[in-house]
Amino acid sequence: MAGIAGAFTNLDVLDLLSTGDTAAHRLDPRAKLVTVLLFIVSVVSFDRYEISGLLPYFFFPAVMIPLAGIPPRYLLGKCLALLPLALLIGAFNPLFDRQPLVFLGPVALSGGMVSFLSILIRFSLTVLAAFILVAVTGFTGVCLALERFRVPRVFCVQLMLLYRYIFVLSGEASRMARAREMRSRGPKGTGIRVFGSLVGHLLLRTWDRAQRVHMAMLSRGFTGEFHIRRPLKFTAQDAAFTFGWCSLFLLFRLVDLPRLAGSLLTGVLP
Amino acid sequence: MHMADALISPAVGGAMWAVSAATVAWCSKKVKEDLDERKVPLMGVLGAFVFAAMMINFTIPGTGSSGHLGGGLLLAVLLGPHAAFLVIASILVVQALFFADGGLLALGCNIFNLGFFPAFFAYPLIYKPIAGKKATATRLTLGAVLAAVAGLQLGAFSVVLETTLSGITALPFTTFVLLMQPIHLAIGLVEGVVTASVVSFVWKANPQILEGRFAGASPGSVQLKHVALALLLAALLTGGFVSWFASSNPDGLEWATERTAGTSELAGTDALHSLMAQIQEKTAFLPDYSFASPAPGASGESGRLGTTVSGIAGGLITLALAFLTGLVLKKRLPGRG
Repeated sequence: MAGIAGAFTNLDVLDLLSTGDTAAHRLDPRAKLVTVLLFIVSVVSFDRYEISGLLPYFFFPAVMIPLAGIPPRYLLGKCLALLPLALLIGAFNPLFDRQPLVFLGPVALSGGMVSFLSILIRFSLTVLAAFILVAVTGFTGVCLALERFRVPRVFCVQLMLLYRYIFVLSGEASRMARAREMRSRGPKGTGIRVFGSLVGHLLLRTWDRAQRVHMAMLSRGFTGEFHIRRPLKFTAQDAAFTFGWCSLFLLFRLVDLPRLAGSLLTGVLP
Repeated sequence: MHMADALISPAVGGAMWAVSAATVAWCSKKVKEDLDERKVPLMGVLGAFVFAAMMINFTIPGTGSSGHLGGGLLLAVLLGPHAAFLVIASILVVQALFFADGGLLALGCNIFNLGFFPAFFAYPLIYKPIAGKKATATRLTLGAVLAAVAGLQLGAFSVVLETTLSGITALPFTTFVLLMQPIHLAIGLVEGVVTASVVSFVWKANPQILEGRFAGASPGSVQLKHVALALLLAALLTGGFVSWFASSNPDGLEWATERTAGTSELAGTDALHSLMAQIQEKTAFLPDYSFASPAPGASGESGRLGTTVSGIAGGLITLALAFLTGLVLKKRLPGRG
């Protein structure tokens, strides 16, 4: 449970970061969403043995993190916390793919080792990009962008409501869990029967809350639209941001820059 | 069961995005048309409820380890298939963005695997006929357990299919299946029992909530025709994308399947393999596509990497440059971070 409770504190931090007011935050959410999606697509479109071609993509987080004022140590910690998952999903490759693929002098690297490394790089790039997106856009921003991209209104409204109530209900649930922990000893009281009535109670309360929420919203004139402080406006700056990054990603995808730089270097040196 | 971006290819991710987006659009239309508008706040708050319920653990009998509610089937029981699908999808969006639990490109896959099967298969075709209109405690439990198991088995199998088709992992198809299905059988059993215990509590305490679902031609009822149509559409879309991908990129699927067939330790699974191939020949959209075709890309692979040293040197330069850029930017923008 500590893990999940920890995850919720992280959610708080990300939410707080997204309220910042830097040049990156002020960009239109649509520009950021498109850029990040294109980033991820071009990263995962590489061949399974690709390593050098993926490295230039680290420029995106390297620029965005300081630009948006995200504490790098926090983001690094978040990625490290996910490392076991990355190791797990990649761990099968060295086991099953044992053909030597690369020779570093006398040391032979199997295809599995190379693709394992590639998976780790892909994982860190895609995870970083997703975190950067929320940290500079915020969940409401992402929802607004989705709505402008013609994602159905019903879905967007319910996404925003879901997000608002996570904080309220998770607080309630963690208090319930703590209360049960204090009253139970060892495995007693933590079984499925108690769980059923505990969660059932939470559900009944949630149901009532939803009805009150809806009435309150209706009495304040809710018509299915959320209003925001900063109206969306796609400016030339947004266009430049999107176009600039996307053409860079395209360049990274088409030209293996590290290999080029490497052959220049090794060509010059004897 | 959440898939990460690192293991999927753009073709598979894109195809599943299309499938899930179409389903979200269809469900939104249905919810807008059919349900009373009280449902939208209810949906949002119930989505948050599933997150909250994940914070309350329980001990799994006999193992001593603890688990938490998944929630897909419970949402389908409470809200009906269309609304439940939307709520599951939105939960996955939040998980992908905030917890990196499942990637953004993999979101389409995850929404389909974890949302489609409980909402449009397990609930209407298994839970509802068994638990039905005259629910009893036994029928509720039986229905929930069977539905949860079936939903998770199908979900797990499509995780295997999507991962294998993407061709990033070297894990052979059969091994992966043998790994995933039993694990998700256990998870499905637990999920079913837990869902049943919550549903029966609500059923005793406030049956109105559930009766709203079962009464008459309930707004969320799904006709078999629609399910079949949606499945067909999904299959066609996936098949279309995959076949295009498989032919244009020889070192993806074919390479992986060649690996599967060519590894000696898997000789025992040949029977299963040829059975799969036979079934596939009968049902596939591309009858001449053989499962164990030779891989033209495999031999050229090692020759391509002759210039390793320059690659490594260049890679280090690139990383150093990226790091320096970040450092300089951080210095230039004082008072932040």
